[in-house]
Amino acid sequence: MREAATPYALLGPALAATALLVLFPAAQTVWTSFHQLILFRPKSQPFVGLDNYVWALGDPVFWQSLTRSLLWVVASVGLQFTLGFITALLLHRRFAWRGIARALVVVPWALPSVIIGLIWTWMLDFNLGLINTLGVRLGLLDAPVAFMSQPGTALAAVILAVVWQGFPFFAVTLLAGLQGIPAELYEAASIDGAGPLSRFVHVTLPGLAGVIATALLLRMIWVANSLDLILVMTGGGPGTATQTLPLHAFLTAWSGGDFGHGSALAVLLSLLLLGVVVAYVARSKPA
Amino acid sequence: MKRLGNIAAQTAMAAILAFALLPWLWMLLSSLRPDADLTANPVRLMPTGLTLANHIELLRRTSFAENLRDSLIVATGAVTLGLALALPAAYAFSRYRFPGRGALRITFLVVNMFPVVLLILPLFLLMRRLGLIDTYFALIGGHATFTLPFAIWLLTSYVDSIPASLDEAAAIDGATLPQIVIHVILPLALPGVVAVATYLFIASWNEYLFALMLGGRDVRTVTVALQLFIGENAIQWGLLMAAGSLVALPATMLFLLAQRRLAGGLTGGAVKG
Repeated sequence: MREAATPYALLGPALAATALLVLFPAAQTVWTSFHQLILFRPKSQPFVGLDNYVWALGDPVFWQSLTRSLLWVVASVGLQFTLGFITALLLHRRFAWRGIARALVVVPWALPSVIIGLIWTWMLDFNLGLINTLGVRLGLLDAPVAFMSQPGTALAAVILAVVWQGFPFFAVTLLAGLQGIPAELYEAASIDGAGPLSRFVHVTLPGLAGVIATALLLRMIWVANSLDLILVMTGGGPGTATQTLPLHAFLTAWSGGDFGHGSALAVLLSLLLLGVVVAYVARSKPA
Repeated sequence: MKRLGNIAAQTAMAAILAFALLPWLWMLLSSLRPDADLTANPVRLMPTGLTLANHIELLRRTSFAENLRDSLIVATGAVTLGLALALPAAYAFSRYRFPGRGALRITFLVVNMFPVVLLILPLFLLMRRLGLIDTYFALIGGHATFTLPFAIWLLTSYVDSIPASLDEAAAIDGATLPQIVIHVILPLALPGVVAVATYLFIASWNEYLFALMLGGRDVRTVTVALQLFIGENAIQWGLLMAAGSLVALPATMLFLLAQRRLAGGLTGGAVKG
């Protein structure tokens, strides 16, 4: 009898911490999303049914934030993946300084979002930034650009920063995947007369499919949830030009003091992500 | 033809490496330049001299030394608590087959995907009700719990790689379960435990939103302090760059040391499956 209880006892502390600090708050957010809760009036929390959701879905800012989130996730994960994949393919070749390159390319991945925001705000500064200076000197820019204060360039700037942070993740995971593909497969393909492109399509891509899918899913969820980099670099501005869905939820609850509305937005974001995960699991099961 | 391809590949790799490192190096260089250098217009690419004046002023005149201490305490606490929670859990998942095992593993994976914004508001209210806002405990608990799924996942694969016959031999010799975990598993899984500890440390050291919401005044970590500096001293780039380079260094160094194991653990499951 004691034996049977042992694994539960071992898991107990981890489960208790998770229940208290993750599951309970998550449940409470769901509960709050059906109530009116203003931070400065915590005593009165009337039940309002689906009102918060009706408000969220009827608010054009929600749809703008959702569209922007999609753009943010697709553009930044797409670029990270592409650059990371190229890096992994290059690092898979043999050359003298490969070990150093492999070690140093991960540096951006180790940095906190606050520093990444700081670095790129500094690089892109209107007066003192390296990019404007070099751009003008090399003739790429006619005049310095105020990257952070125009809607289009501000969004491009935060995407650039998150691509810089995230491409090493893909480089490292995809390189590990490449090294897991047996060399015999390439030899067999060569004997069958396959050229480099054909080997890439018929050996490399199928061999990497699992790693690619997992890495894309992990990174997509991370990028879709992340709000600290944008919060630090632009605070969602100028206007709402860089406001994604999690940031909208955070600012509604925190700056607006409106926990009811903010909670409904947070729950909607979670449901959307859950949909992505379920779709991924359903697709990968039969294979 | 082949040589030409090699040259092209190495050039491309050099360009990517430059993209990865230049912004980081530019921050480091900026922190070491005299203030007049940073505000010169047009911008000077080459420094007129190198100085530690920014770092010294930062540590003397601002609260940054205390912030570094707070970050160190929180991150060390998160590593300790995280390992204390994750190692027994990983041992249970690795060594026992029990009802609910699959469901619990999936629970930990799903929890990993919860948006922070879903948790942070009630966590703030909970900690406030418990009187724990602005304490080390709140931040340590938050960081350790939020990184728990990944820590358990990695540690489980490391414990899996240790033969169970060693546990059994120790049990026959009369060792209790805690003794087995501490004296048999821990030493053998040490490289993995060090990798997980490094991950926990960096994750806590780098974290911003929990630290902002659950701390902020009495306990202010470097990421929160840095963000406040940006708001307060928008023009003092020298101080900001000094702070940035001081915060970035430990994480970068630890990451370079542990990355091979972390990446291996991260992809291990996906590559095998």
